[in-house]
Amino acid sequence: MSVQSDSVRPHPVQAYSPREFHRQAHDALGNPQIRANFRKAMDGLMTKRHDSFGDWDLEILRELGANIRLRALAKLPDLLEQLEANCEANGIRVHWAEDGDQACRIIRELCESHDARSVIKGKSMVSEEMHLNAHLEEAGIEALESDLGEYLVQLNEQTPSHIIMPAIHLNTDEISEIMHDKTGTERTRDVDTMTAAARQQLRERFMAADVGVSGVNFAVAETGTLCLVENEGNGRMTTTVPPVHIAVTGIEKVVEHLRDVPPLYALLTRSATGQHVTTYFNMISGPRKPEEHDGPQEVHLVLVDSGRSSIYQDDELLDTLRCIRCGACMNHCPVYTRVGGHTYGTTYPGPIGSILSPHLMGLEDTKDLPTASSLCGACGEVCPVKIPIPDLLVRLRRESVGEGRGNVPGAGVKRTRKEAAAWKGFEWLATHPGVWRAGTSMAGKLRALTPSRLGAWTDYRSAPKPAGTTLHALVKQHEAKRHQADKAAEEKRP
Amino acid sequence: MSARDAILKRLRERADGPLTPPECDFAVVTNRGWSPEERLERFERWITSVHGEVIHVATHDWTTALVDVLTAKGVQRLALGREHPVAAEARRALVDAEVELVDVDRDIEAWKREQFERVDAGLTSTLGGIAETGSLWLWPTPDEPRLISLVPPIHIAVLDADTLEDTFFDVVERPGWAGGMPTNALLISGPSKTADIEQTLAYGVHGPRELVVLVRHAGGATEAGA
Repeated sequence: MSVQSDSVRPHPVQAYSPREFHRQAHDALGNPQIRANFRKAMDGLMTKRHDSFGDWDLEILRELGANIRLRALAKLPDLLEQLEANCEANGIRVHWAEDGDQACRIIRELCESHDARSVIKGKSMVSEEMHLNAHLEEAGIEALESDLGEYLVQLNEQTPSHIIMPAIHLNTDEISEIMHDKTGTERTRDVDTMTAAARQQLRERFMAADVGVSGVNFAVAETGTLCLVENEGNGRMTTTVPPVHIAVTGIEKVVEHLRDVPPLYALLTRSATGQHVTTYFNMISGPRKPEEHDGPQEVHLVLVDSGRSSIYQDDELLDTLRCIRCGACMNHCPVYTRVGGHTYGTTYPGPIGSILSPHLMGLEDTKDLPTASSLCGACGEVCPVKIPIPDLLVRLRRESVGEGRGNVPGAGVKRTRKEAAAWKGFEWLATHPGVWRAGTSMAGKLRALTPSRLGAWTDYRSAPKPAGTTLHALVKQHEAKRHQADKAAEEKRP
Repeated sequence: MSARDAILKRLRERADGPLTPPECDFAVVTNRGWSPEERLERFERWITSVHGEVIHVATHDWTTALVDVLTAKGVQRLALGREHPVAAEARRALVDAEVELVDVDRDIEAWKREQFERVDAGLTSTLGGIAETGSLWLWPTPDEPRLISLVPPIHIAVLDADTLEDTFFDVVERPGWAGGMPTNALLISGPSKTADIEQTLAYGVHGPRELVVLVRHAGGATEAGA
């Protein structure tokens, strides 16, 4: 079956920036296709997650997940050293990077040392965070995404709109159009046909790739093992077929023991997509041994800090680092569902992105993100490792106006003298009852003077007016009446 | 200072002071107490829910079922090991069959394209299964390398019913895991799949389109109520 080509054009390629959050949100809200795509996907994901935990005592499992991550963070420097020692003993070379640029350089140099021209990639959000593909391409090395969603997004010259389902903003017709435009695939609405076409296109690339780059879901310190979670098999291909495998991950992804992995894996798949398990759980503990016949000859692990050690300093912000990147917080976020992932203009969208991105990019660029929440609390309730996301959003709001501890880059960027003076004035009023009462009763008397149009607020609502009588006065009247009634009742008594 | 030392120094000199590691109680992920029948029933329910195919066979003539599967699926070229009893028995059973046996005990560089394009199915043993999630666990070896469970369009896995464990946690707690991880350890739970095109499930995106599990029963196939 073919579809009309004119009716569905993929969304125009567009650069998104967190600085433009409000404009981007406005545009997304006005795009019925985006809203329908996300609404449909998020509704399905919420139901599936809920059903998948049916047999479990979810609160106990979440408690365990949180404690495993907290234990790992409590011992983080020791575990990183242990991971390094065990990886090296297994033959995995370990590299450390202060930031994304340094990590990109390390990976590029590794590629160059093998004269690599083509890199095949498994899904890695850290590599998105550090813009690895662009960096490699500048050096003349082609980096191709192999996760189907990432592949489609890359073909469309976009970035992922969700950390688990990168192409969730696109519908079947749009994807058919992209595959037709970029790869010459016959237009179709049949998902099996499209999937088979992508399989064929990517198999050639797996065979030809000089280097495979992947992320890491859990790095096990005790055994020097890199764990990868996936359904498609592209992760196994990426880490097995090319002669060199480079895994890249944030320093917070380490866990202490192998036994820590099953509970986190159980939480991850169910929270992310409502699956009881993924097709593959791939545990890599070294390069090909001399007697083995496949697998890479070299395995490298690049550990990236990129702001994480600074989050680590603060007792409250530390919780951000517990994240296992399941995406449940975005699936359940009423704001994310309406504006979509690109609107945030960051690698990590949604609630987790709003508490993580300010550390990675600074509050100067991301000051609007902590306010992209109604603080309804859904993100915190579904988080499999119990990150108090709403509290952290509030903390970052405080930091952005200079009322926090100053532990976030760009703290205070939103502070204006006018607003600070206004709050100072409010504080004075609210702590001087006489003035407060006089003021509020005055406002009630002058209520006729309040404007009836208040910008966007009054587009769809009537303007608020101070009440004629203050609540304080009403309570006083009520109490006086009750007192009188009590007195009257007492007098009637014989 | 190297990046490594600088990062570790910042982590060690944490501004808000050292952290106390909490206790972890793993009771929620173990001690299911399932009977062998319950284990098998769960394993089968979960793996078939994601398009895995389960065939119950008697251990003593499991290769008859293998031949049937190969015939039914039109497999002409089967990749398999040599030394593992599963592979050795399969080779003996298929000696007269019209299936070409593809040796896998050679370096992938020598036959990458052949494996990607000219092999219809891969046969592997498994070390066991997980009832709770319907998963197989495999430790690839030189005899049964990593890619034969991934590259061919059909993966046929042989599982002994009495090797099923309740949970993944129970598997990693077995002696020999944390102490001696192989180069690559795998859980496989169904054929390769994706839902990246508008949440629509499609099988066989990069790995096998079909996963067939031959579950061997020492007392005969009927024991499973199959």
